[in-house]
Amino acid sequence: MTNTQIILTVAIIMGATMLTRFISFLVFPAGKETPAFIQYLGKVLPAAAMAMLVVYCFKGVDLTSGNHGAPELIAGVAVALMHKWKHSMLLSIGGGTALYLVLIHFVF
Amino acid sequence: MPNHKLAAAAKAAFPHTIPILTGFLVLGIAYGIYMKALGFSPIVPILISVFVFAGSMQFVAGSVLTGAFAPVSTFLLTLMVNARHVFYGISMLEKYRDLGKKKFPTIFWMCDESFSINVSAEIPQGVDKGWFYFFVSLFDYSYWLIGTTLGAILGQFIPFDTTGVDFAMTALFIVILVSQWEKEKSHISTLGGLGISLVCLVLFGADHFIVASMVGIVLFLTLLRRPIERRLEA
Repeated sequence: MTNTQIILTVAIIMGATMLTRFISFLVFPAGKETPAFIQYLGKVLPAAAMAMLVVYCFKGVDLTSGNHGAPELIAGVAVALMHKWKHSMLLSIGGGTALYLVLIHFVF
Repeated sequence: MPNHKLAAAAKAAFPHTIPILTGFLVLGIAYGIYMKALGFSPIVPILISVFVFAGSMQFVAGSVLTGAFAPVSTFLLTLMVNARHVFYGISMLEKYRDLGKKKFPTIFWMCDESFSINVSAEIPQGVDKGWFYFFVSLFDYSYWLIGTTLGAILGQFIPFDTTGVDFAMTALFIVILVSQWEKEKSHISTLGGLGISLVCLVLFGADHFIVASMVGIVLFLTLLRRPIERRLEA
């Protein structure tokens, strides 16, 4: 690619990314009553979206070979249990990450 | 808005972003190193982080930029990888409605992490919600820029193995999911999101499952609207 093409490509990626961020606000602007169905989606989508993001974090895990995703699954379950138990965000995240590092560097 | 109100919002927002600080610094540094390894001068990843600010898409951009010039497919690819922002936008319609001058930057900086904090945070009484959302987004953006810049410039000299530190981000999402689970009146949406994404991941693979999952989730929530609404009102 020439420098111009690189700049154009980055501009396209920027434009398309902005489109995904702004489109909901452009289609349903302030002052206009948002349709009931959209309000319903706004209420229930976040829960499903967070669940999808968790799956997204595990998308690179290969269950069929290597360590079969054991470090990710063990550390992931540990984070959930720690958080249920203590409800301390930093402890759950710090402890879970530390456990994961130990698992991938020293155990598996 | 008086300055002490700004300071109060920034102070309330900052602790929420600490997990992102570690995750974004590490990932940003990794991105800077990755782009340098592809042969770009440091200014390229830095400018991409300034103008695009979308983690996984930026890694994809690296490989796109090393290939042939293909404007249409680049545009479509970007829409697909970032389509989840549309989800976040719909979820934040009400919260971001009255942000005034802060609206443009706050939406421009909307990412997985700022969304997950702003959608779930319990903002203390007396703290301006709009400024809280703004600062969470600004802080996350800054961490990413700092990380990218560090990686692009100093990347090749960093001697230690950072593999696995980015698990902090996975842990953050799990923590949010658990807190959400404990608060919600109905688990249908969470369970549906989890199940549909897993099935789509198995069916379509890591590179393609996001769009399919989103279509599936919207269909699922549309079909189950009545039972879900009944439970939410109960």
